[in-house]
Amino acid sequence: MVEAATPEHTDLSVDDEAAFASAGPARALVIACGALAREIVDFRAANGFDHLDITCLPAKLHNRPHLIPEAVRTKIKANKADYRAIFVAYGDCGTGGLLDKVIEEEGVERIEGPHCYAFYTGQKAFAAITDDDPTQFFLTDYMVRHFDRLIIEGLGLDRWPELRDDYFGNYTNCVYISQVRDEALEAKAREAAGRLGLGYVHRHVGYGELAGFMEAAATAGEEAGAP
Amino acid sequence: MSDDEIILSELSDADLVEQMHDDLYDGLKEEIEEGVNILLERGWAPYTILTDALVEGMRIVGIDFRDGILFVPEVLKSANAMKGGMKILRPLLAETGAPRAGKMVIGTVKGDIHDIGKNLVTMMMEGAGFEVIDLGINNPVENYLAALEEHEPDILGMSALLTTTMPYMKVVIDTMKEKGIRDDYVVMVGGAPLNQEFATAVGADAYCSDAAVTVETAKELMKRRHNVTAAGATAA
Ligand code: B12
Repeated sequence: MVEAATPEHTDLSVDDEAAFASAGPARALVIACGALAREIVDFRAANGFDHLDITCLPAKLHNRPHLIPEAVRTKIKANKADYRAIFVAYGDCGTGGLLDKVIEEEGVERIEGPHCYAFYTGQKAFAAITDDDPTQFFLTDYMVRHFDRLIIEGLGLDRWPELRDDYFGNYTNCVYISQVRDEALEAKAREAAGRLGLGYVHRHVGYGELAGFMEAAATAGEEAGAP
Repeated sequence: MSDDEIILSELSDADLVEQMHDDLYDGLKEEIEEGVNILLERGWAPYTILTDALVEGMRIVGIDFRDGILFVPEVLKSANAMKGGMKILRPLLAETGAPRAGKMVIGTVKGDIHDIGKNLVTMMMEGAGFEVIDLGINNPVENYLAALEEHEPDILGMSALLTTTMPYMKVVIDTMKEKGIRDDYVVMVGGAPLNQEFATAVGADAYCSDAAVTVETAKELMKRRHNVTAAGATAA
């Protein structure tokens, strides 16, 4: 198992797969999307969840969601024997219910919700915002930090800036739903909105429902006790 | 200008068409427009240019997208290049009486503003001779119903890219059932998170994983629809 990582080491690249061992003898494991790695590791550290290991799949799977269910299954199978409880920190993420099929078949738990924007904001609050006006593009801390690689390069806007309006022409605002309060990130988010030609809105939502999910996972780890 | 620059007008018909496939693949809109104009000058029928040069080129792009060789921006560039060619051909197609395969109303469902895939389907369906009325994004059921009444299409197409918006397709289909008009149309659905099981569950006639499959399926369903209509007429 790898050494316990400090928060500075958790800014995964979209290609990275990584594991962050707990400080104590862990009996519960969180399998997370790489786009949540830093937040989850920070949250564990801040709360002293010593019985929780964390392992991540590459964040770039986002753009090929059909690969997510089997990638998660492989991770579950590889770790099942070592843990009493496994928690999956992934939204449905565009798998159209196929990830939940894996979750059910493998007998593990997943955080509720279609994607991370919804569980950070809170399912109800997110639905309320988007039902009213779906023309909003959301940015999380992770996306702001890696805006150039994920959005500019990921959507080919570095090579073909003229595609911007094909992607974002129907959007009005960029909504930065921040996890931590950080002025530098906020400035970057505001700039990102400008680069996409969109208005800017900031809502600090923190870890949202991810917090409760992590607490449940940590409790399961503790209850299972040391091996 | 580099030495190896290709002069499109100097190519033979066959080489030009092949070059246009490459240019579509590379998303070169101006070259595609130039190629279309050259073929028109050489007396090619607009419909032949559309199918042999543009649709065939996009079919290749579609295969490489499906296989993970091309990604969304490349496909978007190619689609924009094809759009350039289509713009020249569209008015000519109407004039020259190109074959009509049927009529489709298509739109992305309420709450969803993804439209790259829908636009591609629209273009390839047009390329296959369908008249397509595109309702754009974020369509509530009322928009679909109004368009069905106004345009009397053969096919209703719905697109969704979000897990949260795909269930809305059922709302539309159920409303059509309530109004007793469901069976007047072929309903086709698509979008990356969908699958056949979902399409069956919401009561659609077909799920299609990409634009090429959509064209083939639509043609097949139109054939069946005509057979049914013909059989009905004979029985009456
Ligand atoms: C490009 C993209 C965007 C662009 C959209 C630009 C545009 N103008 O459409 C941008 C960046 C703006 C965007 C925004 C958002 N997106 Co988005 N997006 C994608 C992405 C990467 C690709 C979609 C795409 O265009 N594919 C290319 C086309 C060619 O393929 P396609 O759409 O599948 O279409 C083909 C077939 O499906 C079929 N087809 C499609 N429609 C139809 C219709 C019929 C009738 C038929 C027969 C066939 C058919 O034929 C098409 C052509 O071959 C997907 C991930 C993915 N790989 O699917 C995420 C994805 C769909 N997005 C996602 C999300 C969450 C969002 C946002 C909420 C993100 C945010 N930060 O705010 C917003 C949504 C806003 C809204 N209300 O709609 C999630 C959905 C998760 C979920 N649980 O549903 C995905 C899966 C990414 C992820 N894993 O997080 N997105």
